[in-house]
Amino acid sequence: MTSSRKILQKGALYMILSMFVIFSAFPFYWMIIATFKRDHDLFNPANNPFLFNEAPTMDHLRLLLFETHFLTYLTNTFLVGAAVVLITLSVAVPAAYSLARWARGWGEILGIGIFLTYLVPPTILFIPLARVASFLGLQESLWSLILIYPTFTIPFCTWLLMGFFKTIPKDIEEQAMVDGLSRLGAMVKVVLPLGISGILTVVVFAFTLSMHEFIYALTFISVSANKTVSIGVPTELVRGDVFQWGPLMAGALLASIPVAVVYTFFLDRFIAGFTMGAVK
Amino acid sequence: MSVPENNSKAISSPGPGIQDRAGLLSKLMIMPAIVYITAMIGFPFVIAILYSLSSVTTGDPEFHFVGLQNFKDILVDPVFRTSLKNTFFFALVSQTLVIILSRILATALMADFRCKWAVRFLVMLPWTAPISLGTIGWLWMFDSIFSPFDWILRRLGMLGAPGALLGEMQNLYWLGEPALAMTSVIMVHVWRLLPLATVIQLAGLSSIPRELLEAAEVDGARAWRKTFEITIPLTMPIISIAFLFGLVFTFTDMTVVYVLTRGGPVHMTQVLSTWTFFKGIEGGDLAQGAAVSLFLFPVLAGVAALMLRMARRTEVV
Repeated sequence: MTSSRKILQKGALYMILSMFVIFSAFPFYWMIIATFKRDHDLFNPANNPFLFNEAPTMDHLRLLLFETHFLTYLTNTFLVGAAVVLITLSVAVPAAYSLARWARGWGEILGIGIFLTYLVPPTILFIPLARVASFLGLQESLWSLILIYPTFTIPFCTWLLMGFFKTIPKDIEEQAMVDGLSRLGAMVKVVLPLGISGILTVVVFAFTLSMHEFIYALTFISVSANKTVSIGVPTELVRGDVFQWGPLMAGALLASIPVAVVYTFFLDRFIAGFTMGAVK
Repeated sequence: MSVPENNSKAISSPGPGIQDRAGLLSKLMIMPAIVYITAMIGFPFVIAILYSLSSVTTGDPEFHFVGLQNFKDILVDPVFRTSLKNTFFFALVSQTLVIILSRILATALMADFRCKWAVRFLVMLPWTAPISLGTIGWLWMFDSIFSPFDWILRRLGMLGAPGALLGEMQNLYWLGEPALAMTSVIMVHVWRLLPLATVIQLAGLSSIPRELLEAAEVDGARAWRKTFEITIPLTMPIISIAFLFGLVFTFTDMTVVYVLTRGGPVHMTQVLSTWTFFKGIEGGDLAQGAAVSLFLFPVLAGVAALMLRMARRTEVV
């Protein structure tokens, strides 16, 4: 009786899980199929769209890599991401440390205020920021993205790091100061190494969030050679009204999977940052 | 806690070099963040408000104050009304679905099974992959001729045959029919935010003390009673967090609608964010674009206030 019930439960569990896996992962399976399918096979509504009816091909991949700016988009994305990470770290680490260690009263309010700015969306800011970018002569330049992406990385990363620094006991720094380090020295030599996992998390998020960004890149950059992956693939692989589905899917797939792999490792910490205060 | 405090003061008092003056250091270290946020978020936000009260366009960037004229013009614009309605509709419907589905998925993920890491990676993909690229995958799935949904429906005899349930046409034209286009947008939002809500709910579920559930089991409580009388009430704060964040993300998102439908067919899926873009950037009417975008603000302020209240309440408990 109980064992058959257990089997039933297990069966239900696997069914639920497979339904969710199909729902979540199917678009990516769909990308894989289109990437390697011959056009003749792809554009025949009678063919089974889920399988290869003809031998797979590398043509779409070749076209994507050698006849479009795809590799340039990847380089641009990487450059912007790296610069945003550097700016975010150099602003958010000291701010978070300051809020975690010395904040009372006004500092607490300031911390919450910084987090709330994360809720001011690009949708409200992109029109004025487009003017700011053009005033600074940065339109069409990757520098405009480097300057503006920290608007969403700094508030969130400061908040996240603040939580990390709070978990490091004060006694450790105080011991270091007794041992002769200055206040600043204690922070740099003792606290930062202990907070390295938090800092690594911030590096990953600042990078992935800049890679995901769409609105600012779409607004500021229209020159093909300066586009990032998230706007380059959806806007440049369409010629007029003709969607080049094979290369398009190949581009979406190649750019999504690596960042998804890295992100997955850090997802729990990201969520911890979101829910801080709600769960104890 | 006060003892080490005094200790540090005692040490820093003899030589108050800059690297030892905590008060000054704390201000110096937080200054860059405040300056940046003021310059790049605060200042643009004020400009957005000023623009909405002016007649600034990309062609004529000079500032002329026009009062509330833009808001008056917008409010009688039928496209704006559709956008406003859609923005709320998409966000509320998709997030309600997300909360229900994420609760089911999170409960399933709490169980023990093989290859958990692979399942987790796959169900997290919609959130971890760049949103515009995931949406491009959906665009191809909603293709007017090669949609796999249509293919399955045709195979099942529900489409494309005389007397078929969904009509004789070979295709449903997902993004061409207003109701189907709206369904498609909601589907992609659900797909995209389900992973985030699931991980948040997982955090909530694993914070419930095991003894509590075991005690309930000893008392003979059934599974559904455990769910509705213990886990849901206990995880309510975290469910609200998931809901509020999901709401903010869908409410302000432009990518899904922009990539999928561009607001079409004939503005039927337009939302505030895409309408801001089409008016303000493509149309060059910065003033009206800014005015449209500001309609997002009251809701965001409301969400922020709710979050603060919840944060304070959990702190008191």
